[in-house]
Amino acid sequence: MSEDTAHGQPGSELATVDQERYPVPDPGLEPHLPRLTDVDEKAANRATRQVATFFGLVPILSIGFVVVYFAVPGDSYLDFGPLRANTRNLLLGLTFGLALLFLGVGAVHWARKLMDDEEKIDYRHSAASSDADKNYMLTELDKVVDEAKLTRRKVIGRSLLGALATILLPMIVGLADLGPWPTKKKRAETIERTIWAPGVRVVNDITFEPIKPEDIEIGQLINAEPANLQDLEGSEFQIEKAKAAAIVVRMDPNSITIPPARQNWQIGGILCYSKICTHVGCPISLWEQQTHHLLCPCHQSTFDLGDAGKVVFGPAARPLPQLPIAVDSEGYIVAQRDFLVPPGPSYFERDSRNG
Amino acid sequence: MAQPATTVPGDSSVQPETPNKELGPVFKAAAGPTKWLDDRIGVAGLGRPFLRKVFPDHWSFLLGEIALYSFIVLILSGIFLTIWFKPSMSEVEYQGSYELLRGLRMSDAYASTLNLSFDIRGGLLLRQMHHWAAAVFVAAMLTHSLRIFFTGAFRKPREINWLIGVAMLVLGIINGFTGYSLPDDLLSGTGLRFVDGLIRAIPLIGTWAEFFVFAGEFPGELIIPRLYMVHILLVPALLLGLIAAHLALVVYHKHTQYPGPGRVQGNVVGYPVFPVYAAKAGGFFLIVFGVLTLMGATMQINPVWVFGPYNPAEITAGSQPDWYMGFVEGGIRIMPNWEWHIGSTTWSWNVAIPGLGLMGLFFGLMAIYPFVEAWVTGDKSEHHLLDRPRNNPTRTAFGVAAMTGYAMLWIGGGNDLVATQFHVSLNAVTYFLRVAVFVAPVLAFLVTKRICIGLQHADRNRMLHGAESGILDRAASGKYSERHRPISHGEAFALTQHEDLPALLPLTDVDGMSEKEIKSEQRRRKATRFYFIDTLRRPTRAELEEAAAHHMHAMAIEGDGEHHAIEPAEEEEHHLAK
Amino acid sequence: MRLLSSRRRHPAAKALLLVAGLFLMGALYSVIAPPAQVSAETGNSQQIAEGKALFAVGCASCHGLNGEGQVSGTIQGPPLAGVGAAAVDFQVSSGRMPMSRPDEQAPVKPNTYSEEEIAALAAYVESLGPGPAIPEPAVYDTSNISAEDLARGGELFRTNCSACHNFEGAGGALPNGKYAPPLIGLDNKRIYEAMLTGPQQMPVFADEVLRPEDKRAMIGYLQSLHERPTDGGLALGGLGPVSEGLWAWIIGLGSLIFFAMWIAAKGAKAK
Repeated sequence: MSEDTAHGQPGSELATVDQERYPVPDPGLEPHLPRLTDVDEKAANRATRQVATFFGLVPILSIGFVVVYFAVPGDSYLDFGPLRANTRNLLLGLTFGLALLFLGVGAVHWARKLMDDEEKIDYRHSAASSDADKNYMLTELDKVVDEAKLTRRKVIGRSLLGALATILLPMIVGLADLGPWPTKKKRAETIERTIWAPGVRVVNDITFEPIKPEDIEIGQLINAEPANLQDLEGSEFQIEKAKAAAIVVRMDPNSITIPPARQNWQIGGILCYSKICTHVGCPISLWEQQTHHLLCPCHQSTFDLGDAGKVVFGPAARPLPQLPIAVDSEGYIVAQRDFLVPPGPSYFERDSRNG
Repeated sequence: MAQPATTVPGDSSVQPETPNKELGPVFKAAAGPTKWLDDRIGVAGLGRPFLRKVFPDHWSFLLGEIALYSFIVLILSGIFLTIWFKPSMSEVEYQGSYELLRGLRMSDAYASTLNLSFDIRGGLLLRQMHHWAAAVFVAAMLTHSLRIFFTGAFRKPREINWLIGVAMLVLGIINGFTGYSLPDDLLSGTGLRFVDGLIRAIPLIGTWAEFFVFAGEFPGELIIPRLYMVHILLVPALLLGLIAAHLALVVYHKHTQYPGPGRVQGNVVGYPVFPVYAAKAGGFFLIVFGVLTLMGATMQINPVWVFGPYNPAEITAGSQPDWYMGFVEGGIRIMPNWEWHIGSTTWSWNVAIPGLGLMGLFFGLMAIYPFVEAWVTGDKSEHHLLDRPRNNPTRTAFGVAAMTGYAMLWIGGGNDLVATQFHVSLNAVTYFLRVAVFVAPVLAFLVTKRICIGLQHADRNRMLHGAESGILDRAASGKYSERHRPISHGEAFALTQHEDLPALLPLTDVDGMSEKEIKSEQRRRKATRFYFIDTLRRPTRAELEEAAAHHMHAMAIEGDGEHHAIEPAEEEEHHLAK
Repeated sequence: MRLLSSRRRHPAAKALLLVAGLFLMGALYSVIAPPAQVSAETGNSQQIAEGKALFAVGCASCHGLNGEGQVSGTIQGPPLAGVGAAAVDFQVSSGRMPMSRPDEQAPVKPNTYSEEEIAALAAYVESLGPGPAIPEPAVYDTSNISAEDLARGGELFRTNCSACHNFEGAGGALPNGKYAPPLIGLDNKRIYEAMLTGPQQMPVFADEVLRPEDKRAMIGYLQSLHERPTDGGLALGGLGPVSEGLWAWIIGLGSLIFFAMWIAAKGAKAK
């Protein structure tokens, strides 16, 4: 450090500088060159006027803001080229924004043109503390430990450390009610079940109208929900919807593969699948009616609904769960039972051997 | 020539001049209150070290300021928003001005955001300013940290400040995410659903973490209020503390500076805090504030009313998080679908690796880099002069490689938009990126390193042969050559101020060292060879003098025009030291 | 018989024989070939004949002379029995059909058929097999739609449409180079027909499930959304956070870096 500071100091001897470290010696700070505003009074006056103008516009714009705030109605719109915007929002922002900008630009212009711009030098100190400080601290700390009787009565120190460690325990345990504990029982009641049950009608989302098989054409997609979702509201509604949302698609039976075990899960090519992606849970309804592929827009997991919901592309690791459906006595489509596997994203305790 | 520098009586060892008794009206008016304060808290003593502290001036030093000022704008605009925002997931029926959603049931959080956007004057402006400021805040922090990285400003004694910076970058990203999730709209709700799936998929503890974060199943009724607490209290408090520490360290260490005439390790050349730096910095704060306000006025961002309230059965094509989460999004999209089904357990590597691993990888690498480089160079001295990126080609190449990997993931995050905007197949983009995320950084490393070394050659040529003057001579023999003129002393000094870091040969003298020490040192020396073997060393004073003499000689022999460059043998340009 | 054989060398014999042969083949064919299905649709026989003629010129090379379809070979077109008049109206008036070359998706391009020609084509295809009819204007007229219906239409749009077409109908990506097109600037009938017929990869949204009044509400919502100004200012592409991030870097950080360069610049010197 000292060698490097040597030629920062005024009047240092250049010859003593290490030639290997510095093949070219330090020429020192370049002489200060004046700006136009330093030598030309007219230029300085002009700059002064410019700064004053910038500052002078600020009160005008600030008052403009106040006028716009009270005078411009909220439903007025400005049509100007590509801009079709709310007038009040635009004008409030323009007045306030330009006021701030001009204030700042004025200050910077003042600094650049008029303030003294001769560069100054300051000297650095080592980041480390001085030897005097270090020695003082060491000696005094030694005394501190002695005065605290820590060296003699070691058990105080040891038991203190233990105590401090364990005092954290109440604080950590106090957070244990952050949420219900997802024990096996709790999981079975929550993430491993949905409100689908035997006989629950499959209804169109939003309208909640039931569906008859003959109303569905080949290539049709229905965004569906269980009929009993209507009985819920608030966060219960949202929670159950996030698991139970389903899609119904109709495909030509000759063009799809139905595993033998699932032959009676469908009605003449009408199949019902969970709408919730098995990757991280986004709802999927991007269905290609010709390829039978269902594409999730979040991370592009693609499922083949014509082949038991198998994953054909993307980061999802498990096929889309299928809901077994049937027709009830009045001819409407109903679920036979809940999903056989928990719909939605994977979790550690999930037994995924069956999908 | 060495000038006696204008010194600044910043430290208390120098005797101050006595003040001028003729004070203007402003000072006269302030005299009373100032004395009142001084009698109680000693303001003169507090202010003395800072009033004329010197800060060097370069545009690249203002990037951190952009981040700081955007943060202040975030706090101010955020306070405004908290006055009307209701962090509640209770269901309400919307009866505000936006007709296309009237009568629908939605959360109070969403309804209050609509209220701010349409029924509170200035509400939409502040919402948009707040969101633009958040985007610029993280962008500025990232750019600032790149400047720090490429100029080596993270070296001793500033490693702690670098770590504080990495922490602030992470906190900024977290706060951005929690912030845009608060309105509970369809787009951000989809993002929360993703986070729910991500947390749930963590091996071993996933369901526990999920239930603890969401107070049960997704979405529940507590996540928005909890995110609100994190967003307006926890993270801002941490950030404010870290900012204070960060700035305090900058003041304590004094700012670094670029090499140049009169600028050496032991000094700092620039402008004093008052008046110049304060005017420029204060002015810049107002400029940042102004630009963010103008953006909020003219550029629409996050139009939550078009997205609609969050509904777990609804989604939009082109769902992306805000840009700073883009790299994680990309990782999640291009990751192959690896999942282990072992007995009755499921290990979701397809989610856990990109979701947790990527953040850990990037920020972990960022955090440890200063220590890795310090270990390689064995350099224990303080550094206050900045590196030009070309003079540490391997570091620069690592930085560009990391940026390239990040960029590949960023593109992955928008792969569906790449597909639609450029009319290419979505699947092809994904497959391409799975390979590119590994290959492109390697290519970027190799190319960048060569470019840096090329620039070093250019510098060396300037040193030895001078600058190209653009004047061509034609000799009698018909041969053309360009005249060079010597570069200025100041430039020559600046080009040779950096240290030549050696590439070390393996140890031969191992007396008195343990097996472990020898192995460690040999590994370190190998690393120095990787780092520095093709870096050019600076010309020596002898070489410079010889080149200068040759140049004078060539000029004296008019008409020759023959210009012999001094080309030291290839091996001499690089260096192997024992 | 002697009448015919004694004139077997008559100059007109060859021509007459040819005509007789053709007549015989035609008669045989009409006996063997499947009968054209009886259509329940209106569309008078002249219009159908016109349509058939147009079809032969513009459509048959991919869809077959009787719209029976070609599902193997390089030039493929699905069978058109049952697609209905609405599908023809949609595909031809948007210029998608006839496709200029085989591709995984038929892009929109300028339409060269007049309204009468499209009606004729539609009548002909309808005659191949009954399908969705061209909707009546009343069904898709959104001029007197109530505010409640608009809001409900928004819910339906976000549940059924935005997954492919994006929250404001800006379009979206499908696998392997296909895409869901943007829905901006389209007339109501076009949108209705698309929902009704499920063109190409788009699923069908039949009237029995997504009722006409539901469809009308959705169309009303979409058109109202597009008529609305962008309250916050410039729309910047409407692509969500990706475009917002781009502008934050370019305009936000970019302009601030320019200001920074100005602030720290040494500036011109007097000497």
